[in-house]
Amino acid sequence: MHVKININGKLYEKDVEPRLLLAHFIREVAALTGTHIGCETSICGACTVLSNGLAVKSCTMFAVQADGADIVTIEGMAKDGQLHPLQESFWEEHGLQCGYCTPGMILCSHQLLSRNASPSEREIRDALDGNLCRCTGYQNIVKAVQSAAGKLKRTTRVAAGD
Amino acid sequence: MPKRYVGQAMKRKEDPRLVSGTSTYVDDVVLPGMLHMAVARSIHGHARIKGIDTSRAQRLPGVVAVVTGEEVAAHCGPLPCAASIPNMKNAQRQLLAVGKVRFVGEPVAAVVATDKYIARDAADLIEIDYEPLPAVVNPEKAMEPNSPRLYDEFSDNIAFNFGFESGNTEEAFKKADVIVKERFVNQRLAPLSMEPRGVVATYQMPDNELVVWASTQVPHLLRTQLAVMLNVPENRTRVIAPEVGGGFGAKIDVYAEDGLVGYLAKKTGRPVKWIENRRENIAATIHGRDQIDDVELALKKDGTILGMRVKAIADLGAFYSLFTPMIPTLTGLLAPGCYKVPALKFDLVGVLTNKMATDAYRGAGRPEATYMIERIMDVAARKLEMDPAEIRRKNFPQPDEFPFQTSGGVVYDSANYEAALDRALQLADYKALRRKQAELRSQGKYMGIGLSSYVEICAMGPSAAMPGGGWETGSVRIERTGKVTILTGASPHGQGQETTFAQIAADEFGLEPDDVVTIHGDTARIPSGIGTFGSRATAVGGTAMYFAVQDLKEKMKKIAAHLLETTPDKIEFGVGKLVVKGDSGRFMSFTDVVDVAYNAVKLPPGVEPGLDATRFFEPSNFTFPFGTHVCVVEIDEETGEPKITKYVAVDDCGNVINPLLVEGQVHGGLVQGIGQALHEEVVYDENGQLLTGTLMDYAVPRAHDFPEFELDRTITPSPVNPLGVKGVGEAGTIGSTPAVVNAVVDALSPFGITHIDMPLRSEKIWKILKGRKAS
Repeated sequence: MHVKININGKLYEKDVEPRLLLAHFIREVAALTGTHIGCETSICGACTVLSNGLAVKSCTMFAVQADGADIVTIEGMAKDGQLHPLQESFWEEHGLQCGYCTPGMILCSHQLLSRNASPSEREIRDALDGNLCRCTGYQNIVKAVQSAAGKLKRTTRVAAGD
Repeated sequence: MPKRYVGQAMKRKEDPRLVSGTSTYVDDVVLPGMLHMAVARSIHGHARIKGIDTSRAQRLPGVVAVVTGEEVAAHCGPLPCAASIPNMKNAQRQLLAVGKVRFVGEPVAAVVATDKYIARDAADLIEIDYEPLPAVVNPEKAMEPNSPRLYDEFSDNIAFNFGFESGNTEEAFKKADVIVKERFVNQRLAPLSMEPRGVVATYQMPDNELVVWASTQVPHLLRTQLAVMLNVPENRTRVIAPEVGGGFGAKIDVYAEDGLVGYLAKKTGRPVKWIENRRENIAATIHGRDQIDDVELALKKDGTILGMRVKAIADLGAFYSLFTPMIPTLTGLLAPGCYKVPALKFDLVGVLTNKMATDAYRGAGRPEATYMIERIMDVAARKLEMDPAEIRRKNFPQPDEFPFQTSGGVVYDSANYEAALDRALQLADYKALRRKQAELRSQGKYMGIGLSSYVEICAMGPSAAMPGGGWETGSVRIERTGKVTILTGASPHGQGQETTFAQIAADEFGLEPDDVVTIHGDTARIPSGIGTFGSRATAVGGTAMYFAVQDLKEKMKKIAAHLLETTPDKIEFGVGKLVVKGDSGRFMSFTDVVDVAYNAVKLPPGVEPGLDATRFFEPSNFTFPFGTHVCVVEIDEETGEPKITKYVAVDDCGNVINPLLVEGQVHGGLVQGIGQALHEEVVYDENGQLLTGTLMDYAVPRAHDFPEFELDRTITPSPVNPLGVKGVGEAGTIGSTPAVVNAVVDALSPFGITHIDMPLRSEKIWKILKGRKAS
């Protein structure tokens, strides 16, 4: 089947098997290997990407289901060589160790902050329930999301001229 | 020169590539013409293989080769086991099953194809004709004479017996005012790194050159073992551990798939990749724990410990992986915990069952020891009506008694157990917690407070105690431009040694951490090494690197002294320069000295050109980090859910290079240890079927399961290495499990509960709440 998928602002077109997973399309057709696969059953969240702004598990979505979609992966987060505030905060707060879950964590946190600019600690922990991390004990991930929320609010205020 | 970077909470040098998705894990390695391997695995816990029909798989377009046990066994050696116990049975496994399968998930056949989807389809087309045999999964049943036997060639399933006695336990138990006993079970766990295992291999003829990319903690060890297994010259074998997405011990082992990928690359003449899926990861990557300990403690009525007896049963699973038989013996070394136990008898039996092999999982034998001593201390405190903090305090060796020879047979390096206990009690406000507990109990609510004072064994370790050697290497090269390259035999996979080693080297040389690059995980670049496990990367690998740095500093001092017309002992390192002591106007810049070393014209007599040093560090002892954790739980009366409302961890890992990273290690360790206490368990049914084969069934802790942990440290430097570091990789895991169980048992003590086996799931507690009345 022929699919056209926009990933990080670039269009990828290919004839694919109907069973090709979106995660494999991203990793192998678009050669964007920042999206990781950890369970192939939607549970661990390492493969989380944004599809039309929604955080989805790309390991349990077929590429054909994403035909025409706008996908954002971890490689699409930094702009003009500047890390996104979430990427920066994960770095500053030591919100990662082996780094395997990190792209999924960052994209899931992105969805949370787009819906709730000032989440509480509990709200962050609940929002990240679909993303497993075996290294950090989550504490610094929570801190990183809180810190990024602060940075994004400041950026928004600056942009609004406050 | 004062330390400018060691001790600072520096951001990691590793992270920019990790947060931007540009790092390379094994699955990101793509080579021209690469084939993909899939494995057909046993669906039975125990069965005879009557026949294998690969014809349908062979005919599938895109399939390049299908191999089964006999062929592979003719070309490849069995899975290696480096550990040895006197008189143990040799439960070795071939890469692919020959004749019999002994656990669900055991590899039976492998296929390579041009595409991973085709490879998987082909693996499913392999028809394996099994004759199912009775399985045995309970280690106590496996020891019975009429049990099904895993190996026809062995008379029973008992792999080995091991034991020791120090002091006179019989006398200790005779003299005791009180004897407490309990059975403690450490359930089977899955290490479950977020990145599953993965291997890519190429085999180049005519040079017989094997290059392997593997998600491993031990590239050099894997290189040696693969060379032997595949009969390839070791000096033509290269192993690269690129970014490794967590290991927790499970990636120390040498696995069947590592050998199969190498063999198939050789057979087909094309690169081969295999990436483990999560079902395979839970079924066929090593498991941890699975130990039963019957513990007796003899005490005086004032709480003084007189002696301890342990009868341990270790369920080893169906075969030996790299260190399988050794792991439960570590429980004996640490059985006394952080207490004076004058007499100890430890008897261990290792048993074979129809399950995946156990091996090192975060803590590896020490969590089992800590769990049993910390639980039995609470049982004793309750019996003697003592406060759990006081019975612990009563039995600690004092700081001036170190180095402290234990009845477990090891010598603890340094400690102040009481200081860590006091700090934890203070931070938790222990007295106020007890008051609150009494108040809640009077209202019919169940809150529990659990303590755990632990010591553990790190910096593994002296070679005498480590199969294959316990040393580590560090090479340091100052490049011509003055940049520093460190090559470490340790192979970190998330721990952050690229940062901490740069902090250490920058301070020593008077440079910036950005001037230092640490290379790891490539046997072609790093001359020699062991790897990262047992909290050894900084304490052993960092020390090797530190000594290599000292060698270069001495050489640079000689060069600077020669040109500044003084003696080397008068030269010291300043920031960016080498200075004559007491005469700050006489100096050479760091880079000028480097220039002289490489231009090699003005060198002092007898000094060789270049700045490159390699050291092997052989530690004289392990190190022994310690601490006290306090856990507070409240039990939800409706659901039985034990909710952790407060968690205080005071850990002492000796000197700290980077507090940010130390705290990160503790956080992660806590969650794994608490995961064991509350959620995690690998379950097989009586036929050996794996019931927890996906993440739907195996409960990995999630973010919402925890409160914010409160951490603090005491600092007792280790005398074992010049950095004074002890290691912190496993402390959180080891300290936390008993703290949580002690808290839950404490909460339920009004119901007459003295012990509950892990995992402490809501359902178990709910049944207790429903079935009994509180006193």
